[in-house]
Amino acid sequence: MTDLPASGIHGHPHRRIDGRAKVLGTATYAFEQDVDAATYLYPLQATIARGRVRRIDTSAAEALDGVVAVLTHLNAPRLADTDDKEYAVCQSDEVAFRGQFIGAVVAETQEVARHAASLVSVEYDEQPHQVVLPDDDKGLDDPDEVNAGYPSDTAQGDVGAALADAERLVDETYSTPMEHNNPMEPHTSVAIWSAGSGDGDASLLLYDSTQGVHSVRRTLAPVLGLKPERIRVVSPYVGGGFGSKGLPHAHNVLVALAAQLTGGRPVKFALTRQQMFTLVGYRTPTIQRIRLAADGDGRLTGICHDVIEQTSRIKEFAEQTATATRMMYAAPNRRTSHRLARLDVPIPSWMRAPGEAPGMAGLEMAMDELAERCSLDPIELRVRNEPDIDPDSGKRWSGRHLVECFRTGAERFGWADRGEPGARRDGDWLVGLGVASSTYPAFTMRGSTAEIAYVDGRYVVRIGASDIGTGTWTTLSQIAAEALGVEVEGVRLELGDTDLPMATVEGGSSGMASWGSTVVAAVDAFRDRHGKDPEEGATARAETPEHADRKKYATHSFGAIFAEAAVHADTGEVRVRRMLGVFDVGRIVNPPTARSQLVGGMIFGLSMALFEHSVMDARTGHVVNHDFAEYHIPVNADIADLDAIWLDHEDTNANSLGAKGIGEIGTVGSPAAVANAVYNASGVRIRDLPITPDKLIAQSGSTKTGSPQSGHM
Amino acid sequence: MGLAWGMTRISVSVDGIAYVDEVEPRMLLVHYLRDRLGKTGTVVGCDTSNCGSCTVHLDGRSVKSCAVLAVQADGHEVITIEGIAKDGELHPMQRAFHESHALQCGYCTPGMIMQSIDLLAANPDPTEADVREGLEGNLCRCTGYHNIVKAVLTAAADAKAAR
Repeated sequence: MTDLPASGIHGHPHRRIDGRAKVLGTATYAFEQDVDAATYLYPLQATIARGRVRRIDTSAAEALDGVVAVLTHLNAPRLADTDDKEYAVCQSDEVAFRGQFIGAVVAETQEVARHAASLVSVEYDEQPHQVVLPDDDKGLDDPDEVNAGYPSDTAQGDVGAALADAERLVDETYSTPMEHNNPMEPHTSVAIWSAGSGDGDASLLLYDSTQGVHSVRRTLAPVLGLKPERIRVVSPYVGGGFGSKGLPHAHNVLVALAAQLTGGRPVKFALTRQQMFTLVGYRTPTIQRIRLAADGDGRLTGICHDVIEQTSRIKEFAEQTATATRMMYAAPNRRTSHRLARLDVPIPSWMRAPGEAPGMAGLEMAMDELAERCSLDPIELRVRNEPDIDPDSGKRWSGRHLVECFRTGAERFGWADRGEPGARRDGDWLVGLGVASSTYPAFTMRGSTAEIAYVDGRYVVRIGASDIGTGTWTTLSQIAAEALGVEVEGVRLELGDTDLPMATVEGGSSGMASWGSTVVAAVDAFRDRHGKDPEEGATARAETPEHADRKKYATHSFGAIFAEAAVHADTGEVRVRRMLGVFDVGRIVNPPTARSQLVGGMIFGLSMALFEHSVMDARTGHVVNHDFAEYHIPVNADIADLDAIWLDHEDTNANSLGAKGIGEIGTVGSPAAVANAVYNASGVRIRDLPITPDKLIAQSGSTKTGSPQSGHM
Repeated sequence: MGLAWGMTRISVSVDGIAYVDEVEPRMLLVHYLRDRLGKTGTVVGCDTSNCGSCTVHLDGRSVKSCAVLAVQADGHEVITIEGIAKDGELHPMQRAFHESHALQCGYCTPGMIMQSIDLLAANPDPTEADVREGLEGNLCRCTGYHNIVKAVLTAAADAKAAR
């Protein structure tokens, strides 16, 4: 990567177009937008998990010098639509979870706002609450569908008979914890409200940290009772999202309400890291019973994946945890189900690879256990169960090269050196290898529009898309340049503003396929109308093209993740020494940014395997480890030799661009690859993520592996 | 002229410019830089001094500016990410981060760069392990850890070649 050419086009490395602003500190994230006469918001949050606000006394706060306004349910402007309870902010005295907004202080400085908020006294009528996911199925609901529109349950064949007749059987329960997205830039919204003449012509300007400016506008418009064109959302740079910025959350509504009380002065609101553990979504904990039935040769005869997970009592979000199990392996008899506990908890939402990340953690640990019970190499087990067509839809694959991923990775990683569990030692460390499959749907979302304009000798590309750090600024410019037949420097991209044409959300790893194919269509329209030598000011637009073939195929990305783990024999400390991901993700636009996405995804998965765990206090409904001191994510020193490579298979069955999406697939197989490596190293199988030293130590006594002088393990 | 009640006067140099300001004693240095001086290149990531996004130099040594009060900077020199490029030329560490693709969303980047400069000042010829340990107080979530380490090692090698 040190030999980057000064410029390059499609399929070639290109330095980040946004890189210079980011190293200079001049990139304008939401809070960093320069506004005049700013005020600052600090929220009031409920300190009970369920009940009502009986009395709220704001007089001391209002008396404080520098306080501009105090907002509660008693004086908050009325919202036009309160059907979605997440957005019905300060509209009643009800409290549905601890930390919910019950008001806000707006002040001249952040210090005064925070101080004033501490002076508000609140009395509650408290009701009994339940905030912990039960591990039985009592009182659970069957959702109509799960996230992304999948059915809650599926069944094919006779799973009961397959399980009863199995020659080899895995019947285990796997669990994954509550996790929080934690992008580095806190969720931030700066609101400027213009009252207009009071005749329905009010308007709102929002500098927001979001994965989709148009999604924010479309969602907030009916809530605030404004026509969409009266709301402008601006978001040129976003400090990460990982799903939590995919849709607006309650803070957007709170700041829009507060901005109606300041006489037009801007209101700046950045959540604190601690507040982010309550108000902007999280990954539900899951409890997954997985049953795999196989014959003596390791061919699956039955797959059953039953999931228990949680949602909030006021808004349903059902993580699609078992959907990958529906398409991953061949088996004539199969069943999946999702059951929901409705709890007095914050509202779960998207977190990088919702569904696939926890679900494949469970399934791929179970496959590792099945391989051992069949005395098969884990890769060979997966090869034997490779389906010719998608078992779920019955469609042909648009492209599936999973076995090639495994073969390529096994060769590079030295998979042949893998030994029996607990057999390899390096000083005080037990060392082992693990592998897992990865997969993620290849979505192309329709509904974007791109505009090409020829201005001052350059092509201006306008699309209301986002760059949350993925590289869109660069890759979309590259795609436009290639389609136009010019250098990247001949293109100027504009994104992150609702004044630009409609674009779908940056989610579901769909950005490049959706926006890229839209930009290419707009270039085609431009060339059709204006030719190769356009006049100054020439413009053309196009919407996301229909890709007729797509419906014929099951479209997914695939990958094989390899990990080498070292487990300290005495302390149970785990170090991941090496990881390799081999991916089948279609066309790659910019290798350096793609590699960052894939490697970053793998680190996200490693983190899920070993570190991340939001601890819910059953007594209070409070996540007790709600900051970076106690909610652990990897630091530089946690990461060693880690690489991602990809196969050279474009997938033009999936979309015209041939690109299948790379934002999430790195995360999906990585937790199980690490967990399986820990098992191979130590002989201890931990089915409850994250794999922490206390769990390894507690279970090591019951295993037969490890030499007598090896201490605990 | 007298001070407003509860305010303290500070004299502080920020990115080479001298400021005299009245601040509340409770004001954090990072909020002084951002809300008062408009130096928003230094960002806030965690509020608990864990993430390092707000790292600046105080008299040449790196500090997390969310863990320093503005009044503690009285009489001292602060350099932020916005003060290390000279006449449009990127600082060698900024250039190394840019050229090594050592960033994605860029939010941790100013802090990473300021800490990396401090790291090389203390240890001009670090090993990879030294860099990984030396950046322990700076979190990246995207994550560019590999390329961050590569950038710091590249900057160190460039500096060595220039010596």
